[in-house]
Amino acid sequence: MTDLLAKNSQTSLVIVDTGCANITSVYCAIERLGCRVAISSDAAVIQSADKVIIPGVGTAAQAMANISAKNLVEVLQNLTQPTLGICLGMQLMTDYSAEGDVACLGLIPGQVLPLEAKGLRLPHMGWNTLAKTVNHPLLHGLTATDYVYFVHSFAVAPSEFMLASCDYGSQFAAIIGKGNYLGMQFHPERSSSVGRKLLQNFITLSATDLAGN
Amino acid sequence: MLAKRLIPCLDVRDGMVVKGVQFRNHEVIGDIVPLARRYAEEGADELVFYDITASSDGRVVDKSWVRRIAEVIDIPFCVAGGIKSVEDAGRILELGADKISVNSPALARPELIQELNRAYGQQCVVVGIDSFFDKDTGLYQVYQFTGDESRTAKTRWQTVDWVKEVQRLGAGEIVLNCMNQDGVRQGYDLAQLKLVRDACKVPLIASGGAGEMSHFQDVFLQADVDGALAASVFHKGIIQISDLKQFLLAAKVEIRP
Repeated sequence: MTDLLAKNSQTSLVIVDTGCANITSVYCAIERLGCRVAISSDAAVIQSADKVIIPGVGTAAQAMANISAKNLVEVLQNLTQPTLGICLGMQLMTDYSAEGDVACLGLIPGQVLPLEAKGLRLPHMGWNTLAKTVNHPLLHGLTATDYVYFVHSFAVAPSEFMLASCDYGSQFAAIIGKGNYLGMQFHPERSSSVGRKLLQNFITLSATDLAGN
Repeated sequence: MLAKRLIPCLDVRDGMVVKGVQFRNHEVIGDIVPLARRYAEEGADELVFYDITASSDGRVVDKSWVRRIAEVIDIPFCVAGGIKSVEDAGRILELGADKISVNSPALARPELIQELNRAYGQQCVVVGIDSFFDKDTGLYQVYQFTGDESRTAKTRWQTVDWVKEVQRLGAGEIVLNCMNQDGVRQGYDLAQLKLVRDACKVPLIASGGAGEMSHFQDVFLQADVDGALAASVFHKGIIQISDLKQFLLAAKVEIRP
């Protein structure tokens, strides 16, 4: 554990300040893993980080408006380091969100639509399991009995960019990825040891790991 | 499958965890951060921190403990008590809470629920409801200011009507505290919870009455609640969360192991 923390301390990670509430929990989770972590909306700071996280609580329309106002659309579209979107942050990585009828960043093909829960309660709130759909270094060590914490009412449909799925009334994409851009619909920072494992996988990812994915 | 949630509730006063019986005679149980960490490590699925004095005496409450919790735990947590405005809620969320829960202030000004929904999204708006069964009238009645016995008062709302109203206003989750059962450990109020379940389309959390492991099995399997909240059985070590999870798994309740 100490070795891991020492190794993680060589990684710089920037959480993009999207102007929405609740960046603290992500910040604390990364800090517990030992990375050098900062919250910033400064283009140069974001671009020079080893890893970038796009967090998100709030609505897609509000977050996109904030990202535009901070002149970060092109910055986020041209990142080359491993970049992880969490919850709304993942949704912002797709082409479009029906939550507010808003164009998103277009980093990973897909659309965000109301979750078809088929009569199950919404929001989809609580701990649920994941099914791996491909082998990917981000999913290293993830098993079918691992639970992660979800809170959402909108979701991305399964596609070729889905790395892991979840079932709640219907199947939706729990983890997506294209090249250096990765997204998780659930909250790894609130998913106990499983979330810690996934965040550690993300921190450990290298550009080589992601080539061809 | 979505797992049923086990939720220790920590009543907070001046940064310490306290517990009373039927909302009275609060005794100090311990410091908040070590208890929160212990529950997270033992397998709690979520934590609720309820500032028991904040709603009833109107003072500005120091919430810096919220940040101290966020620094150490990696499961979701909700903060309740004294949140009267979008600004109050925003401060708590910025300190690292995942959800905020409103009770008396929402009864005083129901639009608060709508405002919180618009500002932060449905997913973080929890409405707590203190419900008392009046044996004389046979009605379930909503109470407010239950944190302070001298101010505790019956409202004009019957419980099921208020449950419907808060959903209409945009609540993302409801915690139903059955006051007759609170702290007496005789089991959850299954009759009332079933009644409310029928009217509740968002996640419903049962509160009040947990005394033994079978009570959790009953409330999940009979009242189909999404989560069960309990305080004293966990604080006093009467039930270990890990034992409870094994028990519920054996009883075929969907639980995160």
